[in-house]
Amino acid sequence: MDLSLETRTEGDRTVVVVGGEIDVYTAPKLREQLIDLVSSGAYHLVVDMESVDFLDSTGLGVLVGGLKRVRAHEGSLRLVCTQERILKIFRITGLTKVFPIHATVDEAVSATD
Amino acid sequence: MPTVELSFTPLPAHVRTARLIASTVGRRVGLDESLVDEVRLAVGEACARAVGVQRSGGQADDVVVAFSDDDGMFTVTVHDWAGAGSEVEMPDLVEATEDLDEAFHPGFGLAVVSGLVDDVEVTSGEPGTVVRMRWPLSSSVSS
Repeated sequence: MDLSLETRTEGDRTVVVVGGEIDVYTAPKLREQLIDLVSSGAYHLVVDMESVDFLDSTGLGVLVGGLKRVRAHEGSLRLVCTQERILKIFRITGLTKVFPIHATVDEAVSATD
Repeated sequence: MPTVELSFTPLPAHVRTARLIASTVGRRVGLDESLVDEVRLAVGEACARAVGVQRSGGQADDVVVAFSDDDGMFTVTVHDWAGAGSEVEMPDLVEATEDLDEAFHPGFGLAVVSGLVDDVEVTSGEPGTVVRMRWPLSSSVSS
């Protein structure tokens, strides 16, 4: 399965719904999307990963890059993920300390700290 | 003798094919279902690293992946031809995020492999790097 991306606005948050596989081939598409959003002034991002089937280190690198971009504007990047096989990759890499990870989009959108 | 050998031009699009073959061959030789995701991710990372180092070095030869089941183990080796000195160190990932750009970072993928796989061996030299990963097989299926 290829990568699918949809964005919507909820209040001052922009929700990016990602589906399919984020890997060395498809990650550039996600990177472009995140860059475009930040360039257009969206600094509070919620990346919904519930429909992601596969994530590799290239995808992690793109998410870290997105986090750095929004932080440069005092923004935030929150993840929504409950899938154990995806969460495992964040744990192995220690990135659970870097990203706030939420169980639902509603929880991520209403989070303030 | 490998059960299956795959060679592919060093293009990111082919890494997915390598992952699919890894999970298919793994299941075929009796890999426990709980390890299939791990194998798929680890093989994908090793192949993405090989593609990355070959592309950055302008080396167009095929990346070679060999899958075999010997002595109750499923062994996957990923060979690149990027020569000695292609980046193989495994950085501390949280430290790496401090100055990580989105650019391809070969050491990052290997760090994921070493975090995932208990039995992994990385040998670097001429003509390139070999990443060898092994997993125990729960049952033996004739191949």
